Amino acid sequence: MPIPGSGLAKGLAVTLRTMTRKNVTAQYPDVQPELPPRTRGVIGLFEENCTVCMLCARECPDWCIYIDSHKETVPPAAPGGRERSRNVLDRFAIDFSLCMYCGICIEVCPFDALFWSPEFEYAETDIHELTHERDKLREWMWTVPEPPALDPRAEEPKEIAAARKAAEKAAAAQAAATEDQQ
Amino acid sequence: MNDVLDVALRLVVVFVCFLVLPLVVGQTEHKVMAHMQGRLGPMYAGGFHGWAQLVADGVKFAQKEDVVPKDADRRVFQLAPAVALLPYLLVLLAIPIGPGEGAVGQVVDAGIFFVLAVMGVGILGSLMAGWASANKFSLLGALRTAAQLLAYELPMLLAAASVAMAAGTVSLPGILNGFHWWWVPWQIVGALVFFVAGLAELQRPPFDMPIADSEIIFGAYTEYTGLRFALFLLAEYAGIVVLCGLTTVLFLGGWHGPFGADGLGWVWTLLKTAVLAFVVIWLRVSYPRLREDQLQKLAWTTLVPLALAQIALTGIVKVAIN
Repeated sequence: MPIPGSGLAKGLAVTLRTMTRKNVTAQYPDVQPELPPRTRGVIGLFEENCTVCMLCARECPDWCIYIDSHKETVPPAAPGGRERSRNVLDRFAIDFSLCMYCGICIEVCPFDALFWSPEFEYAETDIHELTHERDKLREWMWTVPEPPALDPRAEEPKEIAAARKAAEKAAAAQAAATEDQQ
Repeated sequence: MNDVLDVALRLVVVFVCFLVLPLVVGQTEHKVMAHMQGRLGPMYAGGFHGWAQLVADGVKFAQKEDVVPKDADRRVFQLAPAVALLPYLLVLLAIPIGPGEGAVGQVVDAGIFFVLAVMGVGILGSLMAGWASANKFSLLGALRTAAQLLAYELPMLLAAASVAMAAGTVSLPGILNGFHWWWVPWQIVGALVFFVAGLAELQRPPFDMPIADSEIIFGAYTEYTGLRFALFLLAEYAGIVVLCGLTTVLFLGGWHGPFGADGLGWVWTLLKTAVLAFVVIWLRVSYPRLREDQLQKLAWTTLVPLALAQIALTGIVKVAIN
């Protein structure tokens, strides 16, 4: 049977112990938080990579991406050839008051034009200002960190694997060719 | 002329203590409670660890509109905060913090009687507030306050009577003059009863059923705003200072300490009072609120018998010594 009042003493001990411990509060505006890698703060646009394929706008679950474009024709590359047409981006905007930070647009972009940036301090007093136009999205692009290093003993990136495969194939073909000559 | 100056000086000193000490306790509560809950508490007001938070709160309260409900009993409603606060100022006058005439606001011969009687008046403020507000929550709170006063005044008085018996006097400096260190273990049960009953009279958690903010919306203070509400809060913290000071004087030997007897006695009094105030805060953080029936049960079935047992023990020891 427990000693009467031991429960009361335990309660006091818990609060006293908590008081003597250093607490973990981060004084946010004075101290910046340490964000984990791949933090989803804001989306940056690398315009040069965008082909106006509209995949991001169509995949966006809450329709917060606005894209306007027009078509331009480029003179033929070789004389007598056909004129080529290409899409020119007029407007690219993301409404962060609607965005739910799912990252589908970034996943779906086939040309790596969209990136996650860890910046998160872009609160506004007017909701309309949360629609970031292309110049602002480009500014965010410069805050995109380097991709974090791979885990030790991770599978190598697909690009490198593909390049290595191609290189090995070429080397093997060359080796076969020299063997044939001999 | 010199007498007038003397009285004025004493009054000013007591008044300054009355204004400063509760704020110190309040600020300590902010910080201690925060750290006991793994928080930081106020950090900005005044620059260094939010030391001026209560000053900022005071300014805020002073700016607020002083609302009196339409159906309230206007005069009584407005008078209630003063009735709640002033008794503690009067009690503070009679608490000696050091040996000699110079370290007490006013030597009262029947000190214990005066102190306990005047402290009881403070509860009247809550009752007035609760009745005059014409609000059912306020009335509930006020009646719970009255029930709590009835239940806890008795053990408090009995515990104090035990000390008076031990010392053979009801004067507060007289009790301290007769104090020996072994009085502490002798009167320890009485001290616990006195302290717990005092907490209950102040309606401090865990005995805060009458003002339970999550159930009856601060009880008797529901309708109060601005400065009058601030006065009620100040009364609570002044009450803590007074209760801790009284417990120190009656049970812990006031200015007596292991060393530094001459001239430094008041440091011992303040130190013991501060430790007790810390315990008051500590209890608030650690324990949940007692239910109304549990409150009554604790008073009548635990504290009153304990206080009576203490009186019996005091009597037996007293006779044995003589």
